[in-house]
Amino acid sequence: MTELSKQDALVHYAAQIGDNGLIIGHRMAEWCFRAPSIEMEMALMNCALDMIGQSRELYSYAAEAEGAGKTEDDFAYRRDEKDFRNNLLTEVPNGDWGDTIVRLFFMSAYNKLFYAALAGSSDSQLAAIGAKSLKEVTYHLRFSSEWLIRLGDGTEESHERAQKSVDSLWTYTGELFTMTDAENRLLKDGISVDVAALKADWNEIIEQVLKQATLTVPADGWAQTGGKAEGIHTEYFGYIIADMQYMQRRYPGCEW
Amino acid sequence: MTSAAKNFDPAVIWALLEEVKDPEIPVLSIVDLGIAREVKDTIDGQLEIVISPTYSGCPAMYMLEEQITETLINHGYPDPVITTRLSPAWTTDWMTEEGRKKLEAYGIAPPEKTTTNKSVLFGGQKKISCPRCKSDNSEQISEFGSTACKALYRCLDCREPFDYFKCI
Repeated sequence: MTELSKQDALVHYAAQIGDNGLIIGHRMAEWCFRAPSIEMEMALMNCALDMIGQSRELYSYAAEAEGAGKTEDDFAYRRDEKDFRNNLLTEVPNGDWGDTIVRLFFMSAYNKLFYAALAGSSDSQLAAIGAKSLKEVTYHLRFSSEWLIRLGDGTEESHERAQKSVDSLWTYTGELFTMTDAENRLLKDGISVDVAALKADWNEIIEQVLKQATLTVPADGWAQTGGKAEGIHTEYFGYIIADMQYMQRRYPGCEW
Repeated sequence: MTSAAKNFDPAVIWALLEEVKDPEIPVLSIVDLGIAREVKDTIDGQLEIVISPTYSGCPAMYMLEEQITETLINHGYPDPVITTRLSPAWTTDWMTEEGRKKLEAYGIAPPEKTTTNKSVLFGGQKKISCPRCKSDNSEQISEFGSTACKALYRCLDCREPFDYFKCI
């Protein structure tokens, strides 16, 4: 097998990070008009906006690195399921409020460590995006942590349901720390983040918050993977792009 | 500083940029907010304005770019170049003293002057004083307010809710 060129790896890498933000951002935006209170809704929409904004920067950079005249929109609206390389955790359905909070908490804890490391990338644009995003995801982590503590250390029912959310989403967390070919290719140039090395710090954040939330950290077991490395998604994914890409599929190239 | 090709006065351009207001907080200009970073000329002698976005997903950025372009064109500066710069990342520390005063007078509590560690997870927030009655006796209602840059607070003395411009 031939090794990826540095340029191809960079396009993959920027797009793959962007995919995480776009997909979880889209999921959270599905709460619009449906959240339990207006404050909760605004919070989710603001987090989603940050993440989609980060993705726009990453897709624009992927397009620039590719040099084929594409734009951010080509990445978001004109790719198929198999081309999206997000972590499966970002695409799982919203479930109840607890599921959404736990997913955001797991992802924000990861994003905080990830973007802090990306800020030190030898690629100046990725480093700039990392430093900028870090400020935003730190806020997401605080918001989701506070909610998780409230749910876990709340009523008997909220505790039980929050634990159920933690347990059911845990299987998707292992994929966050797997390395793709593109990541490995860029690692030697100091461009990509060694995500496998983030796991211990991530565990520490999870343990700290779950303990305060009186919740139990599940044992690591078999991890559900496939999205990030191969573009093999859960059965839920097709519905996301059917919704998100409808206009471009029905009216290719439409603008307004 | 390349002054040879310069066919504009930076002070005049900065004054024009003062006319471009944030669509969500119309009392603040992009200069008050620290969004406008630099006025310079490109290699080709075109006027270039460097801006830094507040938040990655801030929907106002595109509108601001258009407003800057329009303002400059209306004042006889054709084809200005607007460049977005991400690094160093925008911080509320760049907001001017003038901007902070205008913000408070408008009813939005200005961001804390930061010596605090912005990366702390819990308990990093000091008491925010109410822009209406100036009491420090306030509580946070929501981490997020009407826009990405604001949080929602309530004054426990005068009972009025108010926006707080988050410190990042």
